[in-house]
Formats: sequence, C-alpha cells, structure tokens
Amino acid sequence: MIYLQLFWSFLQIGLFSFGGGMAAMPLIQNQVVDIHGWLTLAEFTDLITISEMTPGPIAINSATFVGTQIAGFGGALVSTLGSILPSCIIVLSLAWLYSKYQELVVIKGVLAGLRPTVVALILSAGLSILVLAFWGSAGFTWNLASLDFIAVALFAGWLFLLRKFDLNPIVVILGSGLIGGTCYLLF
Amino acid sequence: MDKNSKSYFTLFKSTFFLSAFTFGGGYVIVPMMKKKFVDEFGWLEEEEMLNIAAIAQSSPGAMAVNASILVGWRLLGLSGALVAILGTILPPFIILSAISFFYAAFRDNAVISAALKGMMAGVCAVIFDVVITMGGRIVKAKKWLPIIIMVGAFIVYYVLRVNIIYIIVFCGTLGALVSLYDKHAGKEHI
Repeated sequence: MIYLQLFWSFLQIGLFSFGGGMAAMPLIQNQVVDIHGWLTLAEFTDLITISEMTPGPIAINSATFVGTQIAGFGGALVSTLGSILPSCIIVLSLAWLYSKYQELVVIKGVLAGLRPTVVALILSAGLSILVLAFWGSAGFTWNLASLDFIAVALFAGWLFLLRKFDLNPIVVILGSGLIGGTCYLLF
Repeated sequence: MDKNSKSYFTLFKSTFFLSAFTFGGGYVIVPMMKKKFVDEFGWLEEEEMLNIAAIAQSSPGAMAVNASILVGWRLLGLSGALVAILGTILPPFIILSAISFFYAAFRDNAVISAALKGMMAGVCAVIFDVVITMGGRIVKAKKWLPIIIMVGAFIVYYVLRVNIIYIIVFCGTLGALVSLYDKHAGKEHI
C-alpha cells in the first residue's frame, strides 16, 4: 500500500513538473509535506539543501531520499520509477510528434503559460522555507523576539552576494552552513 | 568513429559520469552532453543535440533524464534509452540512498544540525535568486498576460491554497489556447 502511494505521488511529481531545475520543488513539497506528511518542512528543507549540493535532479534525489526514509530500498526504487515513468512516455511521444510536425505551436504555448506559473510556485515554496528559517516551526509572527536574526542576516547577505557576483549555489550553501553553524553553536 | 563503437557500455559509462558530475540539475546537462556525444564521440550532429534539448525542455520531469532518454533512444533504440536512464539515475540514487541511511544519525549531531540550520538561510537565498532572475525576465518582457499569470498563480496557490495540479493544468491550457489564438490573429499575448 505504501509502495503504491509513493509510486503515485512521485508519478504526479514527474508528470506535472515542467521547466527543469527547481520547478519540481513546489510539487515535491506539496506531495511529501502537505498531503502525506512523509517529511516535516524542516526535513524537506534539509532534502533541498542536500539536493543542491549533490549531483542529480531534485526529483530523483527526493524520490530516493523520501522512498528510503518511508519504506527502505524498495520505497526508493518505486518512487524513482514513478518519477521517471511520465518522462519516458511523454519525451518519446514528443520526439515522434516533432519528427512529424517539426513546429509544435501547442507545446510552445503550454510552456509559455507555465513559465510564469512555475516562478510563482517556486516563490511560494521558497517563502514557506523562509518563514521556517526566520521564525522556526511555530510560523510567522509580528513578535521580533521570535525572529532568528542570524538567519535573516545570512539570507540578506547571501542574496546580495548572489545578485552581485553570480556565485555557485554550492559555495553559498556550504558557506552559509559554515558561518551560520558557527554562529548557532556560539550564541 | 564507426557505428560499432556505439556500445551499450560506452553509453552507460558516459551517462553515468555526466550525471555524477552535474550538480543542482537543470540545463547544465545539455552543454555537457553536447561536449561528450557531439564533440568527443561524434555520435550526434549538433543540430540533433539542439532538437533533443528542445524536446527535453518541453517535457515534464527532470531535464537530465529527458535528455538521456532521447540520446539513448536516438543512438541504440529503446534498449539504448533504458541503458541511458539507468546511467543517469544511478549516481543520485546511490548517493541519496547513502545519505538517507545516515540522515537520522547526522541530524541529531549538534554540529551538523547547526550547520544544516545555517544552510537553510543559504538555500533560501539561492531559491530567491532563481525567482528574481526568472521573474525579472518575465516582467522585463512587458507582456501583460504572463505577468498576470505569475501574480495570479502566486495568490491562488500561496494565499488561497488551491491544488497545485489544477493551477498547472489551467495555466498550461490557457497558454496553449492563447498561443493558438495568437497564431491565427497574428498577435503576441504570450
């Protein structure tokens, strides 16, 4: 039963994540945190952190991680299979269509409609992680006492450096772990 | 290079190493594949590689997996596609299995948990950097429909908590319909 649930969840993630890179992140959060509660938001954030630092697409990394956590090796296997099955079918169908028609107006239109949507969804997922980083699992409040100033300073500093110097994400995440981790241990 | 050298093993080895050294996922895989399969092996024409990238980008799912399927299929048919998929998903599968196995022990360690907490802010910065770049591109294009879709999708998902799949299906369909209309009317809304 759990295998079927994992397979079905990651099949949906594979089927509806357009746009590469972080596009799958909001869908994974939706399935894994919001709908099934397989990971807490903090664990999901760790997963994104790990995914950004290790090779491989976020969806495959997540399928393996979540599958292993929930149902061991078999869970990892069915989740990964679920996440790539839609790709296999759709990519080969599109290749066939493309060889026949060359120009695919409808597909281009779908992608044009999804591009702004994906930005909005990534922003939403990013905001929920930001709230967790700034205020902890209790969530957003106006009370300044519960605001994590180390996290705010790290976020603002790294975002500034990223915009200014086009840094490698791995450098940013490792640097943030080093500086932030030292601050958290000291204070 | 002659056709015989397009062996399953070379295809597996190539996709395995490409996947093992591509961090963060996404489009990075395309130039790396071009280097390997077009420049080094001469198995594909540059034109074919561009088509593969375009189709991989148009399909849902991970870019690296999509591109591998197409390269494998193009070179050695269906079994080639399967070999390429295996080569592509094995490195992240092995690495994440190992990390997942040790995760519980890692998480409880005071030093590692402090580092992970510090990394969280860094990951947020990376995500917002991506959003600013992608969102900025849409705003700068100065087409009102994509901007409305972006703002609308954010409100409907983040504030109203509408099912994410409905939003994706709706916006994708809208994009398809508008682009079909645009083609007939000779306009450019999207």
